[in-house]
Amino acid sequence: MRILVCVKRVPAPGSRINVTPDGQAVDTSHLGFTTSPHEECALEEAVQIVERHDGEVTVLTLGSVSSEEQLRYAASVGAHNLVLIPISEVDWDPQRTASALTTAISDIELAEGSFDLILFGNESADAGGFQVGIRVAHALGRPIVNGIKGIDLVDGTASAKREIDGGFEVYEVPMPAVLGIKEGINLPRYPTMKGRLASKKAEVSSTVVEAATGGQTRVRLHRPVEQVSETVILGTGPEAAPAVVDLLEELGVLS
Amino acid sequence: MSEFPNRANVVVIGAGIVGSCLVGHLSRLGWTDIVLLDKGPLPNPGGSTGHASNFIFPVDHNKEMALLGEQSANQFRDMDLSVDPGGIELARTEERMEELRRRMTSAKAWGIEAYLLSPSEVKELVPFINDEVILGGFYCPTVSVVDSLETGTTMRKEAIQTAGCEVFANTEVLDIETVEGDDGVKMVSAVVTDKGTISTEYVVIACGVWSNRLANMAGATIPLVPTVHQMADVGPIDILAETNNEIGYPVVRDMDTFCYERQSAGSMEVGSYGHRAILHHPDEIPSNEEAALSPTEMPFTPDDFDEQMEQAIELMDMLGEAEIRYAINGLLSLTPDGMPCLGETIEVRNLWSAAAVWVKEGPGMAQVVAEWMTYGYPRVIDAHGADVSRFYAGERSEEHIWSRADESFIKTYGIVHPQEQWNGRRNIEVGPYFSRQQELDAVFFQARTWERPQWFDSNSDLVERYGLEERPVEWDNRWWSPITIGEHLNLRENCGLVDLSAFQVYELEGPGAVTFADRLAVNKVDVAIGRSIYTPWLTPDGGFHSDLTMMRMGEDRVRIVTGVFDGGRDEFWVRKHMPTDGSVTFRNVTKQITTLGLWGPNAPAVLGQLTDHDLSQDGSSYGSIIPVQLDCAGRKVDASLFRISYVGDTGWEVYADWDNGPALWDAIMGAGADLGIRPTGGGVYGSSGRLEKGYRLMGAELESEYNPLEAGLARAKVKAADFIGKEPYLAARENGEPEVLMTVLTVEDQTDSQGRRRFMQGGNEPILTTDGDRIVDSHGRASRVTSAGFGPSVGKHLLMAYLPQELAIAGTSLQVMYMNDLFPVAVASTGAVFDADDTRMKS
Amino acid sequence: MSLLILCDHDRGLLDEASLEALTFGRDLANKAGISCEAVVIGAGAEEALTPLATHGAERVHLARHDVLIDYGPEAWGETLTQLVRSNEVTAVMACGTDRGNEVLAHVAARLDEPFVANCNDITPGDPWTMTRVQWGGSLLEDAVLDARIRVLSVAHHAVEAIPAEVPGAGLVVQFTPDLGVEATRTVVRDRVVMTQGITLTTSPVVVGGGRGVGSEDGFVPLEDLAGALGGVVGCSRAVTNNGWRPHSDQVGQTGTRISPDIYIAAGISGAIQHWVGAMAAKNILAINTDGEANMVSKAGYAVIGDLHKVVPAITEEIVRRRG
Repeated sequence: MRILVCVKRVPAPGSRINVTPDGQAVDTSHLGFTTSPHEECALEEAVQIVERHDGEVTVLTLGSVSSEEQLRYAASVGAHNLVLIPISEVDWDPQRTASALTTAISDIELAEGSFDLILFGNESADAGGFQVGIRVAHALGRPIVNGIKGIDLVDGTASAKREIDGGFEVYEVPMPAVLGIKEGINLPRYPTMKGRLASKKAEVSSTVVEAATGGQTRVRLHRPVEQVSETVILGTGPEAAPAVVDLLEELGVLS
Repeated sequence: MSEFPNRANVVVIGAGIVGSCLVGHLSRLGWTDIVLLDKGPLPNPGGSTGHASNFIFPVDHNKEMALLGEQSANQFRDMDLSVDPGGIELARTEERMEELRRRMTSAKAWGIEAYLLSPSEVKELVPFINDEVILGGFYCPTVSVVDSLETGTTMRKEAIQTAGCEVFANTEVLDIETVEGDDGVKMVSAVVTDKGTISTEYVVIACGVWSNRLANMAGATIPLVPTVHQMADVGPIDILAETNNEIGYPVVRDMDTFCYERQSAGSMEVGSYGHRAILHHPDEIPSNEEAALSPTEMPFTPDDFDEQMEQAIELMDMLGEAEIRYAINGLLSLTPDGMPCLGETIEVRNLWSAAAVWVKEGPGMAQVVAEWMTYGYPRVIDAHGADVSRFYAGERSEEHIWSRADESFIKTYGIVHPQEQWNGRRNIEVGPYFSRQQELDAVFFQARTWERPQWFDSNSDLVERYGLEERPVEWDNRWWSPITIGEHLNLRENCGLVDLSAFQVYELEGPGAVTFADRLAVNKVDVAIGRSIYTPWLTPDGGFHSDLTMMRMGEDRVRIVTGVFDGGRDEFWVRKHMPTDGSVTFRNVTKQITTLGLWGPNAPAVLGQLTDHDLSQDGSSYGSIIPVQLDCAGRKVDASLFRISYVGDTGWEVYADWDNGPALWDAIMGAGADLGIRPTGGGVYGSSGRLEKGYRLMGAELESEYNPLEAGLARAKVKAADFIGKEPYLAARENGEPEVLMTVLTVEDQTDSQGRRRFMQGGNEPILTTDGDRIVDSHGRASRVTSAGFGPSVGKHLLMAYLPQELAIAGTSLQVMYMNDLFPVAVASTGAVFDADDTRMKS
Repeated sequence: MSLLILCDHDRGLLDEASLEALTFGRDLANKAGISCEAVVIGAGAEEALTPLATHGAERVHLARHDVLIDYGPEAWGETLTQLVRSNEVTAVMACGTDRGNEVLAHVAARLDEPFVANCNDITPGDPWTMTRVQWGGSLLEDAVLDARIRVLSVAHHAVEAIPAEVPGAGLVVQFTPDLGVEATRTVVRDRVVMTQGITLTTSPVVVGGGRGVGSEDGFVPLEDLAGALGGVVGCSRAVTNNGWRPHSDQVGQTGTRISPDIYIAAGISGAIQHWVGAMAAKNILAINTDGEANMVSKAGYAVIGDLHKVVPAITEEIVRRRG
């Protein structure tokens, strides 16, 4: 089983996200970085699958050279091969990203054989474009389903669970396939200390890919105007219960 | 939630362990109208308290830190917010084993139960340890782990309930306003916050890593820098989870890797002081909203931690398979000298600092500050080493703070020699003779910012002349040279020239100068013009604030000369107590006046070549200051000759204009060339010469916990004029004989258990009875070595220590512990052991 | 020239979010001077048509095909792409739900056009400019779009669905796409219903618990209160990370976004991750020991106190009043 997981390095901000003065990026001067949560789960799922079925997990990212940190993190939790598409910009637009990933994946597959499964996160934590995985799948001519919270592999078919309101749907997708993973599919493991130390020695291969910019251009990032609301304190401790129930009656939720 | 107040008596900024304990202690001492603010939420406002590892190792070589640590541990215990899992410091090297023996010595000094363990004994207590990589351990059963956040909550509650303290979280201080007092000194007036402005008498900054930024708002400084301490929580680990409590195994400090392993329920906290120093400017610390975790839990930089991780796995194999669940670059505060910043700021009246305090000392230090604010001085302990006024201007710059923190971070778990010198930020202040001293291969020791020659390598011939030897143990020999003994013996035989430019010199002038000077001093300053006095300055409680020399320079002019280590504190003390009516002006003339000490039997003959003045005790009597002109290569240089000696031989402190210093040095050295003069370093002046004479040193023998009677510095009569501390001083005199007396002891046999001759360093080594018991007086003060050094002229290693009256009798046999070995000592004197009747100085 | 709005349904049951897209889209179409048109795809679609006209659709494209039964992302994407190609479409839009974004991404990929997800403001012009949501709503991005056909989704809850003052004609136009094997590679083989009745997304009352609940068992009183109110229990990310509740209960950026009449948040500090999922609630009541907690300051109502005491007291009071 050969599985590719595409991940993105994103800042790990607090509840207030600052923007650089030019409005082009998140101000990361005091922030750490992480892998987008959905992708962290995708990676965990890939590692679990090869633990069950044997195989190799390759992790691919497009980003600044610092993205090596996320690749090594992936190695520390069980990824085998690490590939970086270095870019000098902070981020590429979704079309350009998808195009570069497609090129890189095709190159890797040409050299090392095709991937049975390619996993993306459902959407990135930062830009949230909801499209890169689908574009790549389309370009590669492979089926894709997003929002996946469970994978079963049987005889060349991926049976993928997708949460819907009140339950889930099961898709059956012939492999090679692409899946967009959602957090909740698993609880990603933390790296062990030994895993972390081993990941330092892991090899990161770098592949420069050019791609044309897409049609969506950032003008600026900004924070939404904060809604300042006065909080009505209904009381302190259990004595506040009647006031709470009055409110529930008033709102008509106490049928 | 109460209305935001517009008035308070005291505003405490910062609701971490320090600020919260401070409002508790202030309320206990009767303060009211207290407001506590924090920009973060409660109970964890996001400062260093929130991510502290919360364990207390009570043994420290430093007395203030050890006693305040113990005091704090007891306060945590009294609140029932502490458990005692014990703790072990491990040695992987023989050098560290020796340090652990030194720890045993300090444990004995402070009366803390401690044991040296073999590797297998360590493994019995910590079964998951790899005993093959260690040589032994220092086990302290009373190492405790505390709940610092709950302690803060408890102390705040007490302040709220007993003193009506008002607490406001999520309230950011935007400015601290000041007004100018009658005397032109800035005084705190209000705290401006995002919720409103509070006018107030007092403000205390207990803001941890943000403290200097807050102080800067008022134009003050609290020299500290936020510094990263990395910590990772790894787990789950079954053997830990099985204890079913927060901590069941002793805290382990793997000293040689600068790491600790501390159980936290089912996981292990691995903390490091072994990585590179990572410093931050306070402005780089994110706000509570901007931070991913809390402001002081900054993003973990794993590359810095990897080496520590490998070492931790080496020590505890099980950690390798444990998951890294939480890892931070936690911020804590470092100061230029590693000590806290407590007390009133020198720049702004009634603006106080309670900063650079870690959880382990939090409650105790809060008590110190509360007492200081209440009584004008701390009572629980002498806190001169933590006094924020100790810093000179040169120590308050960002450049200096960063350089020191950069260099000292690795020393947190390091083995630090008592004499250890800094590498960076040297030559900040040098005397006018610096280049000459460099040519003479002087080895400089830095006293705060000032460089002083400790000895001169150009005097190495003296080693042969006097048949001197290196000390057999490297530790005893470190930061020491036998040349210093040669300089001592040469001074006693011929004469030596000592650079005293680092003396801090102040002048009081004006119609009220003498009266004010008398108010500061125990002894009478109002003496004849041209006379000087040596005098203690007392705290309001009658202990030592300082000891120094005061000179009546004119009708309305008094010169104050004090040591370089205490100049900051002394200058602030003067300024703080100055009359505000303009009757006295204060000038710091340190860098306008240079001082050379010329002592030894040939000193009069040397100086006699430069002046026709009568230099006999008739023309230049002991204790007098006479103006002369000294012939410096044909040029007349004005100088004052102060006949005094701190080394026990006749001679003078020669005061002259700074610019004339080089000419004076050359003239004296030239005049002494045929009389055996040698440049002589601080090893003689501050140590061997002084110790043979039993002279007391501020900060060593003299502390606020002791009074002049105990120090042997009380005179027969008490002057009529009032002075600070007079009342308790009189009361102490009325009580009769003091309970303890300062003594000089001789080490009767310096041979250790390995047959090597050892030399105690004066680092609080305990003085014990011949049965090996500690000697503790009714105030809980333990007898310990306050100063130590070899007395070349008496041929003995000398120690100074306070002893109870009944033991302070010449000939009493006792013991001293050094590096966990016992050595026999004998009480020699309560005064000098060399030339006890001062014949050499006064004839 | 038209603005084509994908209106989603599940076996004939219209997704209310589609009406948000229509409400948003009819104003946009009006500004752009183009026709506002809806498209519904698959079996049962005709049952979902009625509200589309009242919310402003001039025409409703009804796309049907033998293989278009239950939702399938590729089939839906392909169908919508063919419809776009066979009409003069200026822009194609949907609500930024999981399905809406998914289908539009397929459309954009097929058209080789950019796709701008989760806009909350769009200005037609030359070029079109828009403001879109990033970081789950913590940041906004102003963007310009260079495209022949604009593919855009409207952020869920960006507008409230309101019927148009003047209803659209709602003229139904049949459309049959030409679908090959590729379009049916990804179809639902099974559907499992886990909970009967109300869910986090549909419940009028959600009782949420955070780290302050302290344990798995600590959720029992929250279950009781939710039961008394006919609501469901939700939780913060800290809770699922601790394993106290399944991830399906998580309210947040990476969990479920809720919009109940009232969200009772007990022992939740209000980290951004969680707030993003809860902010569409019409009313929020925070229960927290810390009066300064983020959740308390963001909530309309608050009780300061220990949730372990306050929550049971509320349940008791409800039971008491009901006699």
